[in-house]
Amino acid sequence: MHELSIALSMIELASEEATRHGASRVSALYLKLGPLSGVVKEALTFSFEIACEGTRLEGCELIIEAVPVVIHCARCQADEGIENIQDLRCPRCGDLAADIIHGRELEVVSLELAELEEVTI
Amino acid sequence: MRGTARIVEVRQNVLKQNDLLARELRQRFDDAGVAVISMVSTPGAGKTALLEHTLTRMRNEGLKVAALVGDLATENDARRLARSNAPVKQIVTGTVCHLDAQMVQRALDEWTLADFDVLFIENVGNLVCPSSYDLGEQLRLVLMSVTEGEDKPLKYPTIFNTADVAVITKMDLAEAVDFDLQAARQNIQAVRPGMQILELSVKNGAGMDRYFGFLNSSIKRTALV
Repeated sequence: MHELSIALSMIELASEEATRHGASRVSALYLKLGPLSGVVKEALTFSFEIACEGTRLEGCELIIEAVPVVIHCARCQADEGIENIQDLRCPRCGDLAADIIHGRELEVVSLELAELEEVTI
Repeated sequence: MRGTARIVEVRQNVLKQNDLLARELRQRFDDAGVAVISMVSTPGAGKTALLEHTLTRMRNEGLKVAALVGDLATENDARRLARSNAPVKQIVTGTVCHLDAQMVQRALDEWTLADFDVLFIENVGNLVCPSSYDLGEQLRLVLMSVTEGEDKPLKYPTIFNTADVAVITKMDLAEAVDFDLQAARQNIQAVRPGMQILELSVKNGAGMDRYFGFLNSSIKRTALV
């Protein structure tokens, strides 16, 4: 299981972005995750929550968008979504397709940054 | 205290640091004219046996070879590989289940890349975690032994998908374990269409000439780049 390493990389990346934008906290992280990234969603969610403790991401919500595998079929000249990563076959013509367009994503799409402001009454 | 929130776009690969470092390494390897080949497999599929044999034979053929070997805790593999008399360096990863580009970069610190024709990197025995990390290698071999069964590619499609070549090892045992080679080939093609497949046995030498032929042609291609 390497999801804890991945979670730490996500926190590092998010903290840098927060600093760049002058924010004190990251309250949500939107992630794109493909089935060919080698990362398991459940293990990542679990690791992320623990790894965030004591950082600017403590309590940060992790919102994962599961991206499907999309191949380009040379015969059909078309991009096709694939449900089963154990069988990379064009759903139209049944040819095996080596050209993978999507499915390897492990990408931080956006962050919700929060500021704590002093309010004088 | 009152909180305000805003959304900022990031659009960055989580492993961007690793990917950037891997790209730098690949450039260094190209500049030094060294071919870099990595091996991944389950523990016990025969990476070290194949690598020891590979280092010995390539050295005998006059190639300058070296190896980095990742292991969780022991240095046994490095000792085995050192019998080939090639320079070998162990990367002890501790509890980390994979090599990453930074570990490779650090391990190369004391070596001059231009001294080598071919550098091998033996990853930690694991078919899951190494799939996320680019090491800057030009060729990644994924090994599966006949004793593991034909369906290994279907169980670990991602690692097969990141590799360039599948090597089926321990072919001398194929009959004893009722290994279905045809099914194994089909499974590999289903998860990595067009993948090159090599079958061999280090023990009885079957398929080794074809394997070396393939490696030599890959190395020549690298040297020409």
